Amino acid sequence: MAKMTKEEVQKTKDWMKTEEYKELNFKRKSIVINPERACQPLGAVLCSAGFEGTMPFVHGSHGCVAYYRNNLSRHFREPIAAVSTSLTEDGAVFGGQANGFEGFKNAINLYKPKMFAISTTCMTEIIGDDLGAIVTNARAKGFLPEEVPAPYANTPSFVGSHLEGYDNMLAAIIDTLGVKNESVSDTINIIPGFDTTTGNINEIKRLLNIMKVPYLVIADYSNTLDSPLNGEYKLYNEGATTLEDTKNCVSNKATIALQKFSTKKTLSLLSEKFKQEAKAVKSPVGIKFTDEFLMTVSEITGKEIPKEIEDERGRAVDSMTDAQQYIHGKKFAIFGDPDILTGLTSYLLEMGGIPKYVLCSNGNEEFKNDIEELLKEYGCDEGEVYIDKDLWHLHSLVMTGPVDMLIGPSHGKFVARDAGVPHIRLGYPIFDRVNIHRYPFYGYSGVINLTTWIVNTFIEIVDNISDDAHFELLR
Amino acid sequence: MAINIKENEEIVEEVLNIYPEKPRKNRQEHIGVNKKDACGSCVAKSNLKSLPGVMTPRGCAYAGSKGVVWGAVKDVINISHGPVGCGHYSWGTRRNLANGAIGIESFVPFQFTTDFRERDIVFGGDKKLEQAIHELKGLFPTTKGFIVESECPIGLIGDDIEAVAKKTSADLNTAVIPVRCEGFRGVSQSLGHHIANDSIRDYVVGTGKLDESKKTKYDVAILGDYNIGGDVWASMKVISEMGLNVVAHWSGDGSIEEMKITHEVNYILLHCYRSMNYISTYYNEKYGIPYIEYNFFGPTKIKESIRKIAALFDENIQEKSEKVIEKYEPKMQAVIDKYRPRLEGKKVMILVGGLRPRHIVGAYEDLGMQVVTAAYEFAHKDDYERTTNELEDGTIVADDLNEHEFIELAKRLKPDLVASGIKEKYVFQKMGIPFRQMHSWDYSGPYHGYDGFEVFAKDMDLAINSPSWKFVKPSWKK
Repeated sequence: MAKMTKEEVQKTKDWMKTEEYKELNFKRKSIVINPERACQPLGAVLCSAGFEGTMPFVHGSHGCVAYYRNNLSRHFREPIAAVSTSLTEDGAVFGGQANGFEGFKNAINLYKPKMFAISTTCMTEIIGDDLGAIVTNARAKGFLPEEVPAPYANTPSFVGSHLEGYDNMLAAIIDTLGVKNESVSDTINIIPGFDTTTGNINEIKRLLNIMKVPYLVIADYSNTLDSPLNGEYKLYNEGATTLEDTKNCVSNKATIALQKFSTKKTLSLLSEKFKQEAKAVKSPVGIKFTDEFLMTVSEITGKEIPKEIEDERGRAVDSMTDAQQYIHGKKFAIFGDPDILTGLTSYLLEMGGIPKYVLCSNGNEEFKNDIEELLKEYGCDEGEVYIDKDLWHLHSLVMTGPVDMLIGPSHGKFVARDAGVPHIRLGYPIFDRVNIHRYPFYGYSGVINLTTWIVNTFIEIVDNISDDAHFELLR
Repeated sequence: MAINIKENEEIVEEVLNIYPEKPRKNRQEHIGVNKKDACGSCVAKSNLKSLPGVMTPRGCAYAGSKGVVWGAVKDVINISHGPVGCGHYSWGTRRNLANGAIGIESFVPFQFTTDFRERDIVFGGDKKLEQAIHELKGLFPTTKGFIVESECPIGLIGDDIEAVAKKTSADLNTAVIPVRCEGFRGVSQSLGHHIANDSIRDYVVGTGKLDESKKTKYDVAILGDYNIGGDVWASMKVISEMGLNVVAHWSGDGSIEEMKITHEVNYILLHCYRSMNYISTYYNEKYGIPYIEYNFFGPTKIKESIRKIAALFDENIQEKSEKVIEKYEPKMQAVIDKYRPRLEGKKVMILVGGLRPRHIVGAYEDLGMQVVTAAYEFAHKDDYERTTNELEDGTIVADDLNEHEFIELAKRLKPDLVASGIKEKYVFQKMGIPFRQMHSWDYSGPYHGYDGFEVFAKDMDLAINSPSWKFVKPSWKK
């Protein structure tokens, strides 16, 4: 058990930075190393937190639920409520119906929810429990009162990621609650998607308020997961989407989703079953996609984009031109969820930056095409997009072809450290910086925030490495 | 301030009143008030199923095996075998620090997963696992072995990970250890500890050899220290100064190489009894190595423990140990003088895993604080037996304390500090109650040993006495 010598360690370290290692790393097929991707029920629990009085009810072991609650709590620094059916070995043999019944009864008694949002885990998917039957039987036997809706979604962890879990749960909730009215309202629906930046949701609301557009945010956890500290703990915080509004949302004028990869099923439910105009825009990151979002809203509602917003836009563009010299030509490695990456790619290109590596652990061909089109549009031939790849692939990429900055969730910090470059936290999860999720990167305010974070970080580095002669007041 | 036993009994009654008959009957067996003259385990039944539909603090067997016992071993690769989630959620969240170059000498900060997809569920994942281990050996040739931690699907689809482990171990001439820690096994993390201990017994114990020339009569191993925020380093500092030779420490900053030679030591010093009593008992039975439980939280318990450990050895060690106590006592007194006036009489409620609700009581008492609730997530009968004498009569003792009960108790006991985990943290902070995470030391630490107590005292003070708590009520509503 001789300890490795410093030289031996260094030799291995150096080898891990080579093209040879990268080739070996990209050859692997059966092991995934540091993927920025969680599983479906986490997304289902997040989605549920956006509905009034709703208790996420996960059919499976309580270990799974402990993990989702931990994970979301660490990011938001907020309490996360969720229960499970606490299945154990006998549940695996006999099925989980009895635990489902008891779970409903106990949760009704303790937590008095207005709605259960039911999702599944690997275990209950594999043993083949029928959620529909469990809910129906629980109602028939009086464990689940008629007045408590219980939408349910199958959310197997071995399919997709947290994005599909969010989508499946949201579709189930709208499908269960939605009732089509005769008249169509002027209100438009906004679906944020799996977006854990509460500041983004608030930013969209602010813009719509300025435009005087009547809107409804569906699955709105911008308040429930950013609740005031006032000496009282509320199991169900105010400000989530009400069940009444959810019931009526299918009769609203249209639905705009701010992410497309976490809302596919929900949007087709709305357009096919409820015959609603429902579409996804590109996540409004950067000037172009924010313009597009506002124009889409304007087109659907007939409301003009007011001068106030035009001025705001002008200020954002001003902040970009003031600072573009610090980003122009800089190379970035960005990673995380696909919609965020599409938006971020667009923003970086607008600033003259080079999205050298766009790496997504849960992206598909459609995502890849979106990024490649953007690169083409700006004539950027240095950008590379990777789908179904992980942060150990990213490690090889940045060690063999360097970048100036990483942007993505906290897990990327190890790669950034090895590469010796800064890492701006963005997306989910952020475990090692405070309050980032409260600041929008959507909209024109988001442009200013992104520019501030990125540029000031570069300037800070220049200050840190400057010798006496080059340590200047002006930057 | 003595605890009013009757009042606390009434509080427990009140809190239980929300339940209808059946769950009430269940839960009342798990909550009670401490009475030193009664048997410890009579206060609370333990290690039983949690109620479905209730926010239990508990995790699963995988969390106990991978998250606690094996995950901290730095020179092996822990493979989360199954879908992506479990490995993702247990990725870097336990704070077991480890020395060594990341990816070469330490693999603790990684998340390795076989990332099961639908086809793996349908066709089985044994081939994938075999290939995964080969690929990993190629990419990380310095690893000393592979730990295959089963997630729920593995046990349900009937994969034979033991066969894969045997084959790959022979092919690659390295340790490949299958751990059957599917999350549905048992009622909490606790069975996962046991399963992991058993896998160590079956695959690791006695497989190495300590060079005869290196053996001393003072050789010990530290078990059950996970090096949260550097705990084991702070503990080793004290133990080394006592003149003892720490040959191995598990599993914080630990290595499989050390685990292989642990049977060569003279004594096992056991900190977390709950998670490593199984393997400690095995060493005793198989090799006749005694294990001794000790407690390195707070100067009073540290002093007791130093003397208890020293008594096993000769005068040389005993003398050195007294010198250690002598050396640190003034330092500890200075810490107490600084913080005790700020913390005297403050009440604390504790809900943590299977050890700390009793182990950390002394540290709070050193600061003049009073533990008014000691609750475990996953303790067993033997833990409750070890708890009763550590607590004042009337202290509320609870097993698998759920969120509702915890909140209702807090409303009535009005603690100055709640000491529990991340799931609980923000609940109590919203109520305006200061909080410290006692699983992960709230990104601080160490809390073990003399060095740790200074950090502990500072952290409790900054939590309780932070000026920020004064702003919970708006100035116009005061």
